[in-house]
Amino acid sequence: MTTAVPAADERVSDVGRLRRTLIRPELGAVVGAIAVFTFFAVQSEVFRSPAGVANWLDPAATLGIMAVAIALLMIGGEFDLSAGVLTGTTGLVLVTLATRYGFDVWSAMLVGLAVALAIGFLNGLLVTRTRLPSFIVTLGTFLMLQGVNLGVTKLITGTVQVSGLRRAEGFETANMVFAGTVTIGGVGFRVAILWWIAVTVLATWVLARSRFGNWIFAVGGNEQAARAVGVPAARTKIALFMTTAFAAWLVGSILALRFTSVQASTGVTQEFIYIIAAVIGGCLLTGGYGSAIGASIGAVIFGMADKGIVFLGWDADWFKFFLGAMLLLATLANRLVRRYAEEVRH
Amino acid sequence: MILETRAIGKTFGSVLALREVSMSVEAGQVTCVLGDNGAGKSTLIKILAGVHRHDTGELLVDGRPVRLAGPREALDRGIATVYQDLAMIPLMSVWRNFFLGSEPRKGLGFDVAKARRVAREELRAMGIDIRDVDQPVGTLSGGERQSVAIARAVHFGARVLILDEPTSALGVKQAGVVLRYIVRARDRGLGVVFITHNPHHAYPVGDRFLLLNRGASLGQYAKADISLDRLTSLMAGGAELDQLAHELSRE
Repeated sequence: MTTAVPAADERVSDVGRLRRTLIRPELGAVVGAIAVFTFFAVQSEVFRSPAGVANWLDPAATLGIMAVAIALLMIGGEFDLSAGVLTGTTGLVLVTLATRYGFDVWSAMLVGLAVALAIGFLNGLLVTRTRLPSFIVTLGTFLMLQGVNLGVTKLITGTVQVSGLRRAEGFETANMVFAGTVTIGGVGFRVAILWWIAVTVLATWVLARSRFGNWIFAVGGNEQAARAVGVPAARTKIALFMTTAFAAWLVGSILALRFTSVQASTGVTQEFIYIIAAVIGGCLLTGGYGSAIGASIGAVIFGMADKGIVFLGWDADWFKFFLGAMLLLATLANRLVRRYAEEVRH
Repeated sequence: MILETRAIGKTFGSVLALREVSMSVEAGQVTCVLGDNGAGKSTLIKILAGVHRHDTGELLVDGRPVRLAGPREALDRGIATVYQDLAMIPLMSVWRNFFLGSEPRKGLGFDVAKARRVAREELRAMGIDIRDVDQPVGTLSGGERQSVAIARAVHFGARVLILDEPTSALGVKQAGVVLRYIVRARDRGLGVVFITHNPHHAYPVGDRFLLLNRGASLGQYAKADISLDRLTSLMAGGAELDQLAHELSRE
């Protein structure tokens, strides 16, 4: 706000600001996160202890990195179903090259990054060139990658996993950067949490404060209109698919370095969890609306429920029920927000 | 004369969409293009906007014959078009829409403070009363959206503003609002091409009137040379209207 604006105007816009705060896309997720936290914290002392927080923030972090990238893509009006299995692919590339072909961990990670970005680029190119729904295109790449992951792993190892990353050169440093633990006040937090926060902050800045962010909202909101005013729509979308692939590489590498081995089936079924977290965080399935912080909060809700159910000693099956209920509630809340935003005032 | 066509024509396959149409647009004046559905209005403005290339005749910008390569070249020459289905994103705020595709930079980022301020100033300069530039465009009325699109074209240096049926989807009051901004743009020295099928909207703001019927020109008239009644009757195809009145009249 400029200081030149008269005081009366300021007061008027304050009301607008309050209303704007209330209709932010992540509102539903914030309310949901508070409710879920209260629910588990009241019943479980471990859940609300610092060690417990560190425990449930860990799954939230790896999921959150992916959910943020998927949220950007969904705001841009597209889906990526291959994102989950791509975390497996990048992990497999890393471990296979480092354990069987004499690469050190860092160069193996670089190759994994190149593979991921190439797949992201290809996804984006196929979607923008063919104008096919990304749901179908990435379903295709998802199945192909799933097949490749299993087929190649079996061919090389004779089993469905590759392991032994610990012995590879450069493991210690890479492990420290991507899979280490930071001790704060006697409690060990996974370093993945820092990566997740960094990704969320960066994505939020891009959306709110960069030209690219403006283009993301525009291509998701109305691609024709965006193109008419000179927005490079195809390039924007390809960049978004490559961002998702980058996130998949980051998460795949974090998990591979943490467990030192990768299952060929890693990441399968995760792709929908990312989308669900993004939707809970306020992304519309139709694109053009959503937030990165919202997706992160959606991931926190997942982390809390995932671990909270275990802390309470419940059967893990209840997690699925919970997942479905959260998704429905969030979608309903989002619809209200969208109605408000699109209502025409005469 | 900023923009002029001389006996311009366009065919699509075997269809003669436009035949020998001549018109002119001057700075600080409004040229109205009137015609019924299928009269060739859309084809004409798409040629002016650089979307279609003309087949015959001449298109002159600043007195020099040109062939526009595309909408981008038209824009670079200062010819901006505001289409009926506006190029705006409903879920994005007014200021984000205003600068979409031409965002002011600040370092690596998008100068959000400047975008907000300039959008507010430009809208105010056009006399457009938008309560809050942060509100999504989807919450604006049809007339307000047209006005924002006009202000945007003016801000980005348009010399000629082509408005494709800006009032046709609007109620009486909203149409009045848009007509006011057309006059405002004219007063700022822009040449305005106002496409409409409503002579009652065209007559009060127009300086000259081009009438189209079935792809051909019925002539371009200065305001002094034509009355509203004559304009209305020419547009509806004069004799046809008399015939219709005769048919419908009770015995």
